[in-house]
Amino acid sequence: MIRQSLSIVALFATSLTTSCSRKTASAPLPQPTAFGSAIVESSGGKQTSQAGMALPQPLVVQVNDQQGTAVPGAMIEFSAAAGVAFDPAYGLTDSSGQVATNVTLGGIAGRYQLTAFTIDKSRKKVALTIEEIALGYQQTLGRQLNDQYCERCHNPESTVERVSNFDNLEIKPHPFSEGDTLNKMNDADLTAIIGHGGPALNKSALMPAWGNTLSKSDIEALISYTRAISDPPGHDAGPVYAKN
Amino acid sequence: MKEKLKSLLQKLFGDSVRAFGVVSLVFLFSLAIAPAKNHFSEWRHYQHGYLKMIRNRSDAVTLQRHFEGGIQQIWLPDLGVVDRCMSCHVGLKEASLNDVPTQPFRPHPVIPHKLDQFGCTICHRGQGAATTVAEAHNSTLAWEQPILPAKYIESSCGECHRGPLPGAPQLNQGRHLLSRYGCVHCHMVKLPDGKIMKATDDPPSLSHIGDKTTREWIYAWLKDPQAYAGTATMPNFKLSDDDARDMSAFLIANSTPLPGDTATLSAKASSDPSAGASLYGESFCASCHAVQNAAGNVVGGDVGPELTRVGNKVKPEWLQAWLRNPRDYDEETAMPHYRYNDAQVATLSGFLLAKTDSDLLANVHLEAATPEQIARGKRLVSDYGCASCHEIGGIKKPENFAPELSRIGNKPVTQLVFLPGMQHTLPDYIAAKIKQPRLFGQALKMPQYSFTPAQIDSLATALLALNDRAATLPPSLTVAATPESDYQPAGKAGKLMTDLACFSCHRINGHGGDMAPDLTWEGSSVQRQWLVGFLKNPNTLRPSLIRRMPRFNLTDGEANELTDYIMTVYQSPSVDRDSMPLSGYPQGEVELGKQLFYGKYACQGCHIVDTKSDKGYIGPTLTQVGSRLTAAWIFAWMKNPQALRPGTGEPNRAMSDEDARALTAFLISQKGGGKSEVAKK
Repeated sequence: MIRQSLSIVALFATSLTTSCSRKTASAPLPQPTAFGSAIVESSGGKQTSQAGMALPQPLVVQVNDQQGTAVPGAMIEFSAAAGVAFDPAYGLTDSSGQVATNVTLGGIAGRYQLTAFTIDKSRKKVALTIEEIALGYQQTLGRQLNDQYCERCHNPESTVERVSNFDNLEIKPHPFSEGDTLNKMNDADLTAIIGHGGPALNKSALMPAWGNTLSKSDIEALISYTRAISDPPGHDAGPVYAKN
Repeated sequence: MKEKLKSLLQKLFGDSVRAFGVVSLVFLFSLAIAPAKNHFSEWRHYQHGYLKMIRNRSDAVTLQRHFEGGIQQIWLPDLGVVDRCMSCHVGLKEASLNDVPTQPFRPHPVIPHKLDQFGCTICHRGQGAATTVAEAHNSTLAWEQPILPAKYIESSCGECHRGPLPGAPQLNQGRHLLSRYGCVHCHMVKLPDGKIMKATDDPPSLSHIGDKTTREWIYAWLKDPQAYAGTATMPNFKLSDDDARDMSAFLIANSTPLPGDTATLSAKASSDPSAGASLYGESFCASCHAVQNAAGNVVGGDVGPELTRVGNKVKPEWLQAWLRNPRDYDEETAMPHYRYNDAQVATLSGFLLAKTDSDLLANVHLEAATPEQIARGKRLVSDYGCASCHEIGGIKKPENFAPELSRIGNKPVTQLVFLPGMQHTLPDYIAAKIKQPRLFGQALKMPQYSFTPAQIDSLATALLALNDRAATLPPSLTVAATPESDYQPAGKAGKLMTDLACFSCHRINGHGGDMAPDLTWEGSSVQRQWLVGFLKNPNTLRPSLIRRMPRFNLTDGEANELTDYIMTVYQSPSVDRDSMPLSGYPQGEVELGKQLFYGKYACQGCHIVDTKSDKGYIGPTLTQVGSRLTAAWIFAWMKNPQALRPGTGEPNRAMSDEDARALTAFLISQKGGGKSEVAKK
């Protein structure tokens, strides 16, 4: 019995020391050769991906000096709530003052606030917070339905592959991220307008009834997607994950 | 010391009563160990934590009523599931707990399956029967399968769902990439349903490569395919200069000329760039081929190769012969035979040959190859398995060139060699191997791909779904993929359709591409006269699409041949095209239809009937729909568009027969040319 407990203690001790030694073994950070005074997003903010998965585009941030000129050789570190991975997690800005990192969001759907920070000449932290959205299964399904049926009218942005019909409509539809409007509508109203068309809520007939094309769960998925991407977020937008 | 021990023993066991008491106490303690262990167990700790958490919530009463203490177990003998996860994850079914930020007390996200019917480990893996976090989540000595990281969760969908699955885009993409990037040329993948996975990248034959390009270009391409075209699916084999020199020497020396292909330039390549650009545009080359624009964006389709630097690659005489009839060089090509005349070939080839990058071949200087170099090149071409993908004269396609991946999702971790510092899990291994294969050994032949992190994750997801359980599931538990048919139209028209590569874009009877409309029922849908005219000179039906039907310069005979075949063979059993007349509807019905079109159904949101007022840009323009579609098809379409073309963007409006008939009457009166029956009266 004593021997057993002794061996358990020994095991515990070794595991403790190994876990400690692993922490100290991480490589030293590269030394910055320059310091900026501001950090700005270059691209990659406000993306949506599926929970636990990599964002489609890398996050690119830039360090500027007081004149707004890019600063090469400054140190940028990324951090976020547990579960978010950055590849790389830190780096020195390149010749155009930028660092790009590939971001994998946490495994739970919600809004993830990522922080990028650098240190200025007086060793003070300068930080920038960027928000990304992770979708759950239902919201992913909603996004797919949005792409297939809704986006052509509801998204005012055109791409090379998809020309938006938004500008051609006399009464403009609401983009799904338009939180100011959509957050005021409850789920029952949204279900009615999707299923029975605009006239169900005394709105434009240009919004057709989709109730015979989409199933009940399809409509729920679409609503759940709009709630997830709404800007500003509504009360049921899902949890926000920031660094403690 | 000895004395002390002796006195202690004396004190404890001095007389029989005392000894009995001491022994009883020891027994009592040891008997209490098991209940105590149970009492202090991890899951009890979590259940206490849960009860404490819900106590202060507004919905505490409901949550408390739902709560059941003790070990919770889902037992599904059919699936081999014994899951006790809900002993700690107590709130999985409580949707109102959605504001709890982290597990173990969050509700499960909404999915199409019920927890009680599938359990947890079917999707998440891990050890279901365990009642401690460490044993349930991690791999232990007795249990190798840890919890699957969230980023690969869709691989579990793929065990049962064999085809594309809405809501699992990562799995779908991974499976697509395995075919599209030709992974399965070298790695055999026998799918759980017994079929062999097929590649969809169609690498060209190299047997006549000397007709097509120069040794210098081959050298540069072998060194870095992505330097020539960023979108190239050919991976980088990280060849040394000598290797690329010798392999290019062999490929040129081994190439045999195709009869007729070495024809001298019959027309001088024109240097009129604007005429070339407009012919390139009119022919809708961009539907299949991409070109990098001035802003650096690659724009265009990915059916054919990127053409940004094609002038560096192809020989002028080969390009002209190819444009004249690509099937002379490659019988299986996805490229249509455009039937260009000499002037058009000259214009287009001149335009394409000007697409060069002066840097690409600037530093490539190769001396004439020696026989030794050619022999070494041949050896290298065999060693690297080039013939797994490409047809190469005189070299046999190697069998099982790379390890089979049919059960890769079950590869034991003990059989893997990990890199220092990496997590010892199968998903991490697969992802790292795809990302940088040569890190695992310089002698490895697997080339370097330029996948994005998201693409690597999706590939790993698709591969993890190839496991023992997927292969051994009873068919009743699986959702089969729709098999790709090998439908081929018959006769003269069938030959013509192959020549025009209709199936590169259109789908008919389950075979073909998805770029253009499915034509399975085209014969019920359109009017004969319109189809003949359209084939001869396709006008634009959907103004917003960048991919459109090109003009193939068909003769009258060819257009009629095709039309006859389509009108006869491709008919829907549910739409009789002659059941409704193409004109002669009462004026009142036409007017009613117009009102419905602009009022109740607001069709102008997506369609254009009157070019002056309507702006709808999504559906086809309907100004001439009365000369294009049959009335019976319009009526059936109004009643249920998805029944005729699944997935179409037009919503089903559940119209009454009267409304559908009135709209049919209105639409069939739109004969085009501003002479619609309504406008006249």
